[in-house]
Amino acid sequence: MSERPGGIDVSGLPTYAFGSRMTMAWGTAGFIVLEGTGFALAIGAYLYLAVINPAWPIGVAPPSLFWSTLVTLSLLISVWPNHVAKRSARNENLALVRRDLVIMSIAGVIPLVLRIFEFRALNIGWDQNAYGSILWIILGLHTTHLITDVGDTLVLTALMFTRHGKGRRFSDVEDNAVYWDFVVISWLVVYIVLYWVPRWLTT
Amino acid sequence: MRRRLLATGVLFVFAAASGGCRGAQSALNPHGPEARELAWLFWFFLAILAAVWFAVVAALLFALIRRRFPVREHSMTRIVGALVGATAIILLVLTGLSYRTQSQLYGQEVTAPVTIHLTGHQWWWEIEYESSNPSQTFTTANEIHVPLNRQIRLKLTSSDVIHSFWVPTVFGKMDLIPGVKNEIRFTVDKPGVLRGQCAEFCGFQHAHMSLLLIAEDPATFAKWRNSQLRSRLPPASSEGEKIFLGKPCATCHTIRGTPAGGRFGPDLTHFGSRKTIAAGTLLLTRGAIAGWIVDPQSTKPGANMPAVDLTPQETLALTDYLEGLR
Amino acid sequence: MNANDKDRPRDNELAGRELEERLARTWGTPRGILGALSTVDHKIVGRRYIVTAFVFLCLAGLSAVVMRAQLAVPGNTLVGPDRYNQLFTMHGTTMMFLFAVPVMEAFAVYLVPLMVGTRNIAFPRLNAFSYWVYLFGGLLLWVAFMLNIGPDVGWFAYVPLSGPEYSPGKRADIWAQMITFTEVSALAVAVEIIVTVLKQRAPGMTLDRIPLFVWAMLVTSFLIIFAMPAVMIASTMLILDRLVGTHMFNPAEGGDALLWQHLFWFFGHPEVYIIFLPATGMVSMIVATFAQREVFGYLALVLALIAVGFLSFGLWVHHMFATGLPQLGASLFTASSMMIAIPNGLQIFCWIATLWDGRPRYTTSLLFVLGFIVTFVIGGLSGVLVASVPLDTQVHDTYFVVAHFHYVLIGGAVFPLLGGVYYWFPKITGRLLSERIGKWHFWLAFVSFNVAFFPMHILGLEGMPRRVYTYQAEMGWGNLNLIVTLGSFAFFLSFVLFLCNCIYSLRRGLVAGPNPWNASSLEWATSSPPPPQNFTLIPVVRSRDPLWSSPEGLPAATGLSVDRRELIVSTVVDAEPDLREASPDPSIWPLAAAGATGIAFVASIFTPWAVVWGGIIVGILFIGWFWPKSEKEDK
Repeated sequence: MSERPGGIDVSGLPTYAFGSRMTMAWGTAGFIVLEGTGFALAIGAYLYLAVINPAWPIGVAPPSLFWSTLVTLSLLISVWPNHVAKRSARNENLALVRRDLVIMSIAGVIPLVLRIFEFRALNIGWDQNAYGSILWIILGLHTTHLITDVGDTLVLTALMFTRHGKGRRFSDVEDNAVYWDFVVISWLVVYIVLYWVPRWLTT
Repeated sequence: MRRRLLATGVLFVFAAASGGCRGAQSALNPHGPEARELAWLFWFFLAILAAVWFAVVAALLFALIRRRFPVREHSMTRIVGALVGATAIILLVLTGLSYRTQSQLYGQEVTAPVTIHLTGHQWWWEIEYESSNPSQTFTTANEIHVPLNRQIRLKLTSSDVIHSFWVPTVFGKMDLIPGVKNEIRFTVDKPGVLRGQCAEFCGFQHAHMSLLLIAEDPATFAKWRNSQLRSRLPPASSEGEKIFLGKPCATCHTIRGTPAGGRFGPDLTHFGSRKTIAAGTLLLTRGAIAGWIVDPQSTKPGANMPAVDLTPQETLALTDYLEGLR
Repeated sequence: MNANDKDRPRDNELAGRELEERLARTWGTPRGILGALSTVDHKIVGRRYIVTAFVFLCLAGLSAVVMRAQLAVPGNTLVGPDRYNQLFTMHGTTMMFLFAVPVMEAFAVYLVPLMVGTRNIAFPRLNAFSYWVYLFGGLLLWVAFMLNIGPDVGWFAYVPLSGPEYSPGKRADIWAQMITFTEVSALAVAVEIIVTVLKQRAPGMTLDRIPLFVWAMLVTSFLIIFAMPAVMIASTMLILDRLVGTHMFNPAEGGDALLWQHLFWFFGHPEVYIIFLPATGMVSMIVATFAQREVFGYLALVLALIAVGFLSFGLWVHHMFATGLPQLGASLFTASSMMIAIPNGLQIFCWIATLWDGRPRYTTSLLFVLGFIVTFVIGGLSGVLVASVPLDTQVHDTYFVVAHFHYVLIGGAVFPLLGGVYYWFPKITGRLLSERIGKWHFWLAFVSFNVAFFPMHILGLEGMPRRVYTYQAEMGWGNLNLIVTLGSFAFFLSFVLFLCNCIYSLRRGLVAGPNPWNASSLEWATSSPPPPQNFTLIPVVRSRDPLWSSPEGLPAATGLSVDRRELIVSTVVDAEPDLREASPDPSIWPLAAAGATGIAFVASIFTPWAVVWGGIIVGILFIGWFWPKSEKEDK
């Protein structure tokens, strides 16, 4: 296997790129898919229990819309700076990326704080009945994703302010932004299932 | 020499296997039309599937051994395609036959049946004979009697974990699931003492949760049913009953005609009329009864029945009493 | 974007021994304990995985030996119900979660990067992490068993039996949490495999030139990603029901016992294909090599793999035919369960067709493959039988179905695996296993397996249910049970013989060259065992069987750095080289993170606060893991 006709010279290839050219993007996609499957199954369990029980929710009114809608709005609003962050990353503009990551850090902490109020506003405990259980489980599942992505964003923000703020880190910024999209989209689905489906069922 | 060895081996296996085929718990020993249908379906499937296996093995051996039947790639593709098609057709036939049997077994209309409500417990069967006339209902345990040639309607539920009702000689199994009401309907047309066993792992004594299904002619069944309806036979001596009521027994067991009204364990009103005790674990004999009540844990370790302090005289008196509860 | 000078020398600037040695130094693992604990070399991690999985096979096999000793005669008192229930739970749980899936993933971890012509698996530190998490999960289970708090609710732990009311104590929690360990590990490896196969193939290895084992692992990895979350969600719900009082499976408060079964079997059915498909990949490789021709029907085999993968998600209710579900729904699952026999059958026909036109060389590997065909087909056909709802109501939860799944798992996965061990042992260790001992091993295994498991079909039809620690003499099951027990003892002995072969051959086996079998795939294009860098020069591939179409040697893709870990990232479909991506150096962080994760998982069985504290600590360790160690990692 030495110099044979048909050989290729790869020395001119770059060492990083953006999007699906990078292995990390595929890894991120893989984890998004498996976590999305987890959400889908938990939601499936929710709908299964809703169907087999004569009344749904069990013993309480549907959960209040106030805090959850605020969470939804704050996540929807964050989509725009997230998109901007992706663009800054692609342009490898360090100053803009730093600015956008600080904004995204704040944009991530806000729904987390609102989420605390959302939990406290739930009108049923997880140990009262199966409806309470699955409600807390799904909300908890999404909160875990929210916490880990906000954590990720904070660490990445710190990183971009060090000497490491260059090169393939820009690709990492884009990957993180893609994962944030997943956090937002998964929330939209969960929001509809947890807050609107019981209202449609009781009408 | 090799062939003799092989033949002996095969015979041995058949001999070893054949004991259970005529058994009271064999799926291939049907005692009713549904079980017969199932057995027939099994043999048909077996014949086809065995033929397929032989064909595959033959093809494999031939592929290895043959020297002079080269097949061109192109023709091989066609052959493989044809085999896939044949596979699909065989599967279609088997699926169709399966559906036919399935709808026969599970699509039955209700036709003036004997209705029995079975509740699964760790590790015994609570049996309640239902009737539109409330005075005709009664509760017993671990032994079911059914009349021949009449539809039997079994309602199945559980009081604790998942169990499964399975009397292979009459029907396939159906689970007893807490919170779920299941039902099966079947007929028995051959008399006999048939055996069933719990077929869903349910804890320590899953292995000893059996029951008897006794199929008898309608007259005998009616006699049995009427005897089960009445309260307990007045005992020959009051000693045994006094001990029973004085010890913790009454907290778990019911004996109609006495103050004992516990619902945690099997109803003992007609305990002595049954063929086995402890859910099919022991044959009903004086020794078995005595051994059971003195130390249930040695027969069925983990069973929910505690050992009660009894002197030998108390044991004897109780044994007499329980044996007399016919 | 490039700092060309810092990346030199490149591998086209050096040659021969100097190139090999410098690459080996760059890609090698430092000696000593710290090196061993921080390695990210997929070959070392893969070997560990394989050995660990076989240790679990041995432990699970011993459980079975004790079970069979107890069942040899009716009314036996060797083992009481409590211990027996733990034994069959440990047997099933260990076999399914700690042996069968991990060993297939282990072979993938070792072989896939070699077969696709790259230097390391994707996300090598994650790979190391997943091994440690797997090991810790297995230790959790077996230490608990040794302490007499092993789970005793069966490997699928039906509720309400496994719930808080009927399984007090920590046994079921240990089972449920072990699942979390093994599923995290398996999911991570699945992602790594998919990315390795899609993005790190050697230049020129287009999708239709990928070896069939790699295809099998690619499909399997997708199955893992879509199936395993189901059991993770289910086991988490079970722990929550038991620990903090949720009511997911409590019918008295709106929960449902069958919800557990749906969630579990949604995972459980694809699980068996997660075990079986890699075995079919091994069979395809072995058959081609020992029939000395390319496999017949490459495209058909790939489509069959994908079809099986899809269909396997539509079968799960066939595990619930006795639960009283609506008959119409159940019959749909009969149809799908029957249908999956078509792509499975297609694979068998293709293999027989390959042998038809080939010149078989009867090595032990091929013998195990032949044994696989004969036994797996029995299991597959008994599967057609249990796919029928009415027939299943007679044989479900009896020894008939025990026979069925052992025929498909042992016949369909263990035999190909053993064939695979005989096949790849020389590549992994540099020595060939003894063919003489191998032939004895095969025949003992094949005969004793059938003696042990065939009579179980009969026992099930005669009414013997599963999971019984004893049975009564009047049932007439004693003779067959004795035969089964003797067969199982002999089957266990065959594994002892196999172990002897491995130990003997490691020292005294014939030394293997790069390609002792004259096989065609890329793992045979490098030395046995491969150097740390796998290939001194990355090969360029032009056909499906590169070593057969270019016996004089393959052209190379050159230009990768010699002193910095670098591998080629290529495009997904056409495998055109696209990037030179840096590959991580050895790191202790994966072990640290796995340890903290393990402690957090175990502690959370006892208190929910462990999730919070554990999460914080694990988070800190993950930050340490991903924080770049030097600026060269930013390139």
